[in-house]
Amino acid sequence: MSVDVIDRLAGIDAGSALSAVRDVRRQAREQAQASYRALFEPEETAEMAVAERFAVAAFVAGLHGAEAIAAFYGEGLAAGAAIAAEAARGRGQGPYGAYPAGKLSAEDVAGPVYRVVDGALGRRLVAALEHAHMLVLHPRDAAPASLRALLDAGWSTTGIVTLSQLVAFLAFQIRVVAGLRVLAAMGEP
Amino acid sequence: MLLVRDPDILQARTRTDKDIFYNPEAGLPRAERELAAAAASRFNGCIYCASVHARFASHFSHRGVDVQRLLDEGVGADLEARWNAIVAAAVALSATPPAFGPEQVRALRAQGLDDAAIVDVINGAAFFNWANRLMLSLGEPELPGG
Repeated sequence: MSVDVIDRLAGIDAGSALSAVRDVRRQAREQAQASYRALFEPEETAEMAVAERFAVAAFVAGLHGAEAIAAFYGEGLAAGAAIAAEAARGRGQGPYGAYPAGKLSAEDVAGPVYRVVDGALGRRLVAALEHAHMLVLHPRDAAPASLRALLDAGWSTTGIVTLSQLVAFLAFQIRVVAGLRVLAAMGEP
Repeated sequence: MLLVRDPDILQARTRTDKDIFYNPEAGLPRAERELAAAAASRFNGCIYCASVHARFASHFSHRGVDVQRLLDEGVGADLEARWNAIVAAAVALSATPPAFGPEQVRALRAQGLDDAAIVDVINGAAFFNWANRLMLSLGEPELPGG
């Protein structure tokens, strides 16, 4: 059986009190791991290569300021240093963005649209990172035009679905790890 | 719908969702898991998810007025101490970068949440950081429980 990635990233040992607490939602724990495997040990890679998956993941973790998680996904990546540099440039405080015009427009928060500087990353990955930045930091700005940019860069519709799931899953995984790390550090009440 | 184009991650996502929100064993009452989901969604700006899960929170808690205030006034609405602590924790965790720390855990413990209940707050809010991003970008209506 493969190592539970959330346990590994959160520093939770088998047999610990927190591991027992995680087991209260055993299916959620197992299916979070199954989600990781579906995205990072996929059976089908035609629409999104494994290296692209790890590159986007390292970028997303970097945008969250989650250094250990970024290192986990970035390990062994040829473009690892370039990805880390893009993530450092892209960091900000989220969520920001604009609502559809209406009552909530009073809550619009302005913020940057990220553009990758390192063109050597290639057209597909550049488009993926720019899309990932929006999903991570200003998801309410998502619009059909943002999917258009991915199609134009050579992403298929199926590839866009996998990319979107991957970024969105990481937004979950990184927060579960962040929360569990706080609990682990505090110990039992 | 678009998400079926990658069935493996869709299936694992749906099963993760179901256990976090529907498993009746221990932890947080369903109403408050839905409150965490609604708060994360309201904070991220996913109007659709916030509205659906506010309705669930309302249904299970019978506190429709408070839930409506969360939608109308936003995550700063004063909903009494226990709900305030849950909303604040869900919001802190949803920030990018996450701002969840010992302060939020202490506030939840002060309201009587044990660690299983706190993990439900973490899982529930974190899951909606997944769901909100799919809904906002691909416009997918959510699956059962999601």
